[in-house]
Amino acid sequence: MADKKRYERPVINKHYSGLMNKFGSRPTTQPKTEIDGVTINELVEKYGSPLYVYSEKQIRINQRNALRIFKTRYPKVQFAWSYKTNYLSAICSVFHKEGSWAEVVSEFEYDKARKLGIKGENIIFNGPDKSRNALLKAIKEKAKIHIDHFDELYEIIELTEEHKLKAQVAIRVNMDVGVYPKWDRFGFNYENGEAGQALKRIMMNPNLQIVGLHAHIGTYMMTAEAYRIAASKLALLARFLKDEYDVAVSYIDLGGGFASHNTLIGQYLPAEEVVPSMEQFAEAISAGLYELNFKVDEMPTLILETGRALIDNTGHLISTVLANKRLSSGRRALIIDAGVNLLFTGFWYKHPVSPAQDSGVNIEDTTIYGPLCMNIDVIRETINFPSLRKGDKVVIDYVGAYDNTQWMQFINMRPNVVMVMEDGTVELIRKAENLDYILDREVLPEKLKLK
Amino acid sequence: MENFIIPQNVAISDSGFLFQAATGESFTLNEIGKLIVKMLQGSSTVEQIVGKVCEEYDTDPRTAERDFEDFITQLKHYSILK
Amino acid sequence: MNIAVTGLNATDNPGPGVPVIRSIKEGDGFKGNLIGLIYDSLEPGIYMENLATKCYLIPYPSSGLEQLYQRIVQIHENEKLDLIIPCLDSELYGFAKIQDRLNALGIKTFLPTIDQLNIRAKDKLFDFCQSSGIKVPKNILANSLQDMYSIPTDFNYPMAVKGIFYDAYIAHNFEEALSAFNKLRVKWGYPIILQEFVRGDEFNIVALGDGKGNMVGAVPMRKLYITDKGKGWAGVTIDDPILIEISKKVIGKIKWRSGMELEFIKSAETGEYYLLEINPRLPAWVYLAPSAGQNLPYALVKLAMGEEVETMTDYTVGTIFVRSSWDLITSIKEFEKIATFGEY
Repeated sequence: MADKKRYERPVINKHYSGLMNKFGSRPTTQPKTEIDGVTINELVEKYGSPLYVYSEKQIRINQRNALRIFKTRYPKVQFAWSYKTNYLSAICSVFHKEGSWAEVVSEFEYDKARKLGIKGENIIFNGPDKSRNALLKAIKEKAKIHIDHFDELYEIIELTEEHKLKAQVAIRVNMDVGVYPKWDRFGFNYENGEAGQALKRIMMNPNLQIVGLHAHIGTYMMTAEAYRIAASKLALLARFLKDEYDVAVSYIDLGGGFASHNTLIGQYLPAEEVVPSMEQFAEAISAGLYELNFKVDEMPTLILETGRALIDNTGHLISTVLANKRLSSGRRALIIDAGVNLLFTGFWYKHPVSPAQDSGVNIEDTTIYGPLCMNIDVIRETINFPSLRKGDKVVIDYVGAYDNTQWMQFINMRPNVVMVMEDGTVELIRKAENLDYILDREVLPEKLKLK
Repeated sequence: MENFIIPQNVAISDSGFLFQAATGESFTLNEIGKLIVKMLQGSSTVEQIVGKVCEEYDTDPRTAERDFEDFITQLKHYSILK
Repeated sequence: MNIAVTGLNATDNPGPGVPVIRSIKEGDGFKGNLIGLIYDSLEPGIYMENLATKCYLIPYPSSGLEQLYQRIVQIHENEKLDLIIPCLDSELYGFAKIQDRLNALGIKTFLPTIDQLNIRAKDKLFDFCQSSGIKVPKNILANSLQDMYSIPTDFNYPMAVKGIFYDAYIAHNFEEALSAFNKLRVKWGYPIILQEFVRGDEFNIVALGDGKGNMVGAVPMRKLYITDKGKGWAGVTIDDPILIEISKKVIGKIKWRSGMELEFIKSAETGEYYLLEINPRLPAWVYLAPSAGQNLPYALVKLAMGEEVETMTDYTVGTIFVRSSWDLITSIKEFEKIATFGEY
């Protein structure tokens, strides 16, 4: 056997002008055989496939880098982990251990943060949907409530009067920062004076204590300049509070939205080439804040709710090849055991996919499908990919943001999630679902039961 | 037994470059692809081809045969095979 | 000295690689080899005699930086490159991002920074010009179909609808604009630039900045013949100090480090120059520059190698270029080499 040559499927590629681009005879797709020193095979053997794998080390590196980058430009910085981006307990806890607060947008997320041991005062409560019950809880526990609309403002006033409490509040401000689409559905508008109006209303009420100002200008932002504009507009509002009421807000929250290196479908150049660096975002934000001209001891803390840019590259999805297919057009297709039900972000990103084993030098334009009985179950519409065999593994990168919060059971249940720890061990952080898990939530009326 | 015929005017060089003189189209084949096309030109049977692939490469007959079928589909798609 | 150059696609939408190579080879005292870096086995520059000593296929910018870098490492092993001159818009971000890694290999580049590229990017040009007192046509960025339906009413037709990297259409009404928008969206993604059309003559200028704010040289040209794709097929060097002044201003303000082409329209109504575009590299007609007395590509090589270059201000007015199409003949055997091995 040993003297036989390595087998590879027979391949024929047509030369098309403008498309042909085979170069040299070295493999162009580097296999990804391990994650943080643990081999893909070992992981799959123990935890099955598909499998979500997170790197504790990478999360900590990302968080520390981000903190260093901002702190070297602005003296007081506090990160708050964006629960909606990824609220697996283990993930949140790594961020909390790194000193991050919690940023939540629902009562469920709020309760989860409290359960993980975060004090109310270290929770930022955002979003348009805060139930009366949740608001009361947040007021009592001194959480920082970011008011989204006037109805909420009045509800908070009512609650504080009813229960004789004081609330720590901030307002969310939306504004024109020169980018599209404009996010004007959240918070109070800056340009039309609504934000100033809301602040005046808050200042009139002795039960409300204004502690911060908040803006979240969009998602996957490709321009750092927009953050400078946002920061300087919030700085103007802070200046207004200082001049009119002699109140210095304790923080300014610039939200999240920094783009990660995942490339959008419809974006021609790879994201790593066009997305601004964290340094550029930091530079822009601190430049905007310095327009405040506050004394050093009065400078508000800069709060950041960075989600995607801190977590996206720490998550990987391992999947197994189920079949190779040749489509009627002659195109090659690969069917793998992870579908869009697990990779919701596959609808807008071109996730990098790598083979997990040495797979030869011949690449072919391939479509990668998931296993669902659904035409829309496409992981990559087109990717240059080597020949893989049934049972081979692939690794899909940049799956850390939103996938584990937006995934769903559909046809298949959700698989195991593990974390490769800093010390090289592997911990199961979410167990695969099974039939019992599903049935536990269902109620079958007695009269429908088959005898 | 299916008979595979590759026309005379299909030229394949050692580099795996295949030129179809009748249409002006050109292709690149990998090593096994080249081996198969050359054997088809020499009127080898499926069994002979699969046998040869298994002899020279680290694979089993079932894999070799399945991949051969897929390859034949592609050759037909490109009208290299009649 | 071994210099690699991209953009050998001397087609009807030509890249500047061929004239850049031609200019460098004619540089005073130049000794060395020119190596072509190509994206397609049919780029005409590959088949031109006495142009590149060797050509290599490289991966498209869209396949990622690591692949590009690895391929250059391979080529460098064979060719011992001293300098790479990327000539195409869409690859500049990529090369700018890997230039430190290339420098570590001993390969020099002479590129603008990412920030400089961002300033001149088609979607930012408007703001830059407004803050610098340079006239530009009215401009809108469309990031979605909704944006198309909210074009302000004071925006007049005809308008130019442009892709972020390449391609432009003239639209005379909303339907044409929409159709152009859809074509560009599919090909180049967002944003799409809508620009009010200014009627007048087109003028272009090729210039070179040293990265410290100095303009090393500049040659202005009026297009004499424009193809239906909007490409200049013939042009003549002109004597116009205003164009040179504007270019100096742009290069001085951005501290541009590389070659650039500025495209202007001289309004038929007011006689003022409107800056349409800053292209962040030498243009496909750059061979007109050495022919008129300013070898800007060779000056770029010298700057890249750290040599002193004297500022050039003279050029021969009335120098004309006429582009021609000329069929190169090769055999399928030659084509095979590049298609199969990625080298020629």
